[in-house]
Amino acid sequence: MIVDTKAYGSVEVDERQSITIPSGLYGFESLERFILMDARQRPFYWLQSLDVQEVAFVLIDPKLIRPDYDANIDSADFEALGLEDSNDEHFLQFSIVTIPEDRQGMTANLQGPIIINKESRLGRQCISQNDSWNVRHNILEEMAAGKDAC
Amino acid sequence: MLILSRRKDESVIIDGRIEIAIVDIKGDQVKLGIKAPRDVKVFRNEVFQAIEAENKAAADAPVDLPALPVNHRTDSEKYD
Repeated sequence: MIVDTKAYGSVEVDERQSITIPSGLYGFESLERFILMDARQRPFYWLQSLDVQEVAFVLIDPKLIRPDYDANIDSADFEALGLEDSNDEHFLQFSIVTIPEDRQGMTANLQGPIIINKESRLGRQCISQNDSWNVRHNILEEMAAGKDAC
Repeated sequence: MLILSRRKDESVIIDGRIEIAIVDIKGDQVKLGIKAPRDVKVFRNEVFQAIEAENKAAADAPVDLPALPVNHRTDSEKYD
């Protein structure tokens, strides 16, 4: 299928890259249909709305930023997607990235992760029950701190 | 907004299925107890608002993404 994307214009994507988020993202509740695709700049991904071309989110694997990341997601959120827990073979999780004009200040939202059942391709934005995580973790600083710890 | 007066240990019922009780009152702090079905999401309003505001800020992402100093392998599936 051909999709009009914010980042790359019209691109051909596989149907299996489509993700439905029935309750939308907070603040974007009316947008349910998305495409998940690799960004050309690894390790980012794009979550592109299929309804509004201008709405696209940059995602990243939160474990790249914090290897100890555990969102402690409510079991009701897993159930809503037909997942057992975070060890389920169909479980995927992403953090939404915010990129300000000064790229050094880019942050990841570790408090409101998006979880996906990659078999049913249903997704959901959760709110972490772990107070350690907030909506703005500086990506470069967290990664540098992680390297120092190794 | 509906405004009701309640004392400690009293509660209100919303929609016959959500109970909000006043558990304790100390000075200007009120402790609430909330009993709701599992599909009802309850958050502190400031948490909810922070996530909504962050989503909106994130949606303004530039299309030329910065490079990251990464060479880790991850468990996430590759979507090409």
